[in-house]
Amino acid sequence: MAGYVVLLAAFGIVPTAYAVYFAFTSSGNTFTGLSNFVNAARDFRYVPAVEHMAVYLVLWVVILVVFVTGLSLVLHQLPARRISRTVRFLYYIPGALAGAASVMVWLFMLDPTVSPAASFLRLLGYGTFGQVIEPGHLAILFAMIAFWTGAGGWIVVMCGALNTIPAETIEAARIDGAGGWRIARRIQIPMLRKWIVYMVILAFAAGTQLFVEPQLISEASLGVAGRDYSLNQLSYDFAFQNNNVNYAAAISVELLVVCVVVAAVFVTRSRFFDAS
Amino acid sequence: MPPMKSALRACSDVRPGRRRSALAVGLTAILAVALSACGGGAGSGSGSVFKDGFKQAPQSTGKLTVWVDSTRLPAAQAYQKAHPKVKLNIVTYDGDANGANTLQTKVDLFDRTGSGWPDVVFSAEQNETSWAVTAGFAAPLNEGLIPSSTLGNFATGALNVCTVDGKAYCLRNDLAQAVLWYNASLMKKWGYQVPTTWPQYQQLGEKVAQQHPGYLVGNAGDTFTPEIYMWASQCQASDITGLRAVTVNVTTPNCERMASLLDTLIKSGSMSKLSVFSTAFNKNEKGKVLMLPGPSWFGGAVFDTKSGLNVPKGQIGVAPIPQWPGSSPASTGNVGGGTWLLSAHSAHLKEAVDFMTWVTTSDAYQGDLAPGYPAYAPAAKVWLAHQASSGYYVGNPDPVLEQAAGQVWTGWNYGKWSNEAVWAATIDPGLTSGKTISSMLPAWQTAISNYATAAGYKVSH
Repeated sequence: MAGYVVLLAAFGIVPTAYAVYFAFTSSGNTFTGLSNFVNAARDFRYVPAVEHMAVYLVLWVVILVVFVTGLSLVLHQLPARRISRTVRFLYYIPGALAGAASVMVWLFMLDPTVSPAASFLRLLGYGTFGQVIEPGHLAILFAMIAFWTGAGGWIVVMCGALNTIPAETIEAARIDGAGGWRIARRIQIPMLRKWIVYMVILAFAAGTQLFVEPQLISEASLGVAGRDYSLNQLSYDFAFQNNNVNYAAAISVELLVVCVVVAAVFVTRSRFFDAS
Repeated sequence: MPPMKSALRACSDVRPGRRRSALAVGLTAILAVALSACGGGAGSGSGSVFKDGFKQAPQSTGKLTVWVDSTRLPAAQAYQKAHPKVKLNIVTYDGDANGANTLQTKVDLFDRTGSGWPDVVFSAEQNETSWAVTAGFAAPLNEGLIPSSTLGNFATGALNVCTVDGKAYCLRNDLAQAVLWYNASLMKKWGYQVPTTWPQYQQLGEKVAQQHPGYLVGNAGDTFTPEIYMWASQCQASDITGLRAVTVNVTTPNCERMASLLDTLIKSGSMSKLSVFSTAFNKNEKGKVLMLPGPSWFGGAVFDTKSGLNVPKGQIGVAPIPQWPGSSPASTGNVGGGTWLLSAHSAHLKEAVDFMTWVTTSDAYQGDLAPGYPAYAPAAKVWLAHQASSGYYVGNPDPVLEQAAGQVWTGWNYGKWSNEAVWAATIDPGLTSGKTISSMLPAWQTAISNYATAAGYKVSH
């Protein structure tokens, strides 16, 4: 517990406080009110980045919730335990790769000249890397990469959660004549609600921090796609290219506020902490 | 499996949610600490003296830390071989190629921690002085560290990218003047003349598209494409007029004529939309390149290399870049030509200066080994002699390269932002989706202006 508090302070609370301090001061350490926020928002890259993030977050969270819940239910119903366990492990493997490494895998997947899925990409009409990563495709590509790397862990969590539903409840429903679909719809999904809310909150928070995917795509495409795509990248550019830590901090604080508000809405709406 | 147990195990197995930015920041911090531990940096504390035009850190013995890109790794290794007694810590990084900005990012972190700076660093970019001087990272070289006799031997104008307020803050590695590379065997076989004007070049390109479909007269898919074509056409995309002032004017006839030429040839099929460094280009265009306007280093980096087009000996010729009729003086573009910077924080200035002088001026590296045209004139003579005697090229490439070195148009300079990155993000996606460059010139103008403004420049049109 003490160890946790020390780590939380060192890598959570202190950096956050530091960022808040930077966000409200100038480079000369004088209090500037909201001017860092206003000036950062006036930058020509800001509004496009917000739009990108909005589209990406909707895609990513919806895809994650629908597919993770769906796949977990299917896996849970598989009669053969061993197959279920094997498939669950396979889903989990990509998540075991470190973030950047798993994106590197996708760089190969998306380049028709080297991709194992080249024929599929050509079938869709994409002959070059440039065509695959054209700006309109980026949100869905990033959502796919994030799903591939992140969903496996959640499927394992959901399967665990499904195991906590008493067998008698399912048994009773079955005796009453409910099929697989009705059991899922009327019993399992409602009982998974808190787990799903928990997943949405964390997935949303992770999603707002989109950075590695666009940054690596940008470097791999020599800047053609993905530069200044997300708010985190813009923050990074402010800090290290324009030498303006204060604007960078302002954007980080905005992201933090958005995450906290969204989490609060979900927690209160879903009665997350109610004892049931 | 008891349900509770499995849920618990599942939870402990999984780390849901990725903390990517935290990870990135963490890694950077670890890297900074690691580098500072093995780097030769010294704090700006007591014992510093003002000498050679800047405040020097206390000098000490120890390892000399040099940062190079993979292409310049042989330079550092050659130095080590020639100076076995010097303790060298060679670190490779991306060299800031394509506007990567790594060096500035790292130096900014080192400034915060107060240690870790490399002693000498190579950069593929020419705009490093635009931040490194005000940041106090680059040390002035012509105030006592390097004799003027040495500096005077660099090619005319080669040190312009290094000079701020009359002080030289870097040494130029190589020149990167654009020329016209062509396959002499194919030209002869098909009875074509090497074009000397851009209209002739365009005509030949259209003819090739009809008579020999699939063959190329150029490519327009590189981040540095504008530095070959637009720069040579005297298009005012980046005319730096003061320390923080730039004039941007890309919807002028000088730009439009070249945009329309590129559009026509792209449409006809003899101008590739791929990058010469893409896997697709090297896979599909081997043996299909009839002409290729490009910088002096294309010879070694694109044609005569196994990782590139790998064209056999005795086929490739070099001609001056075509000119627009009635446009004078003769002008060409420039793609890169890296620079070496000396850290003002270095605690091993003597060794560092010796290292950077050696890698830029010695025949042993620049004359014999360097892939590009040396900026140091005496080494360039040796280098050119090697090119001529290697028998790789058809005819003697030296006069063409030497002449082009003095024809780089001076109305295009490097600012603090990367024009390569701007072109890549603004024009390339449009090209891929079938838009013309001509139609995107206004967007290019806006993008350059936006990035220049964000970098603190006053932009005029």
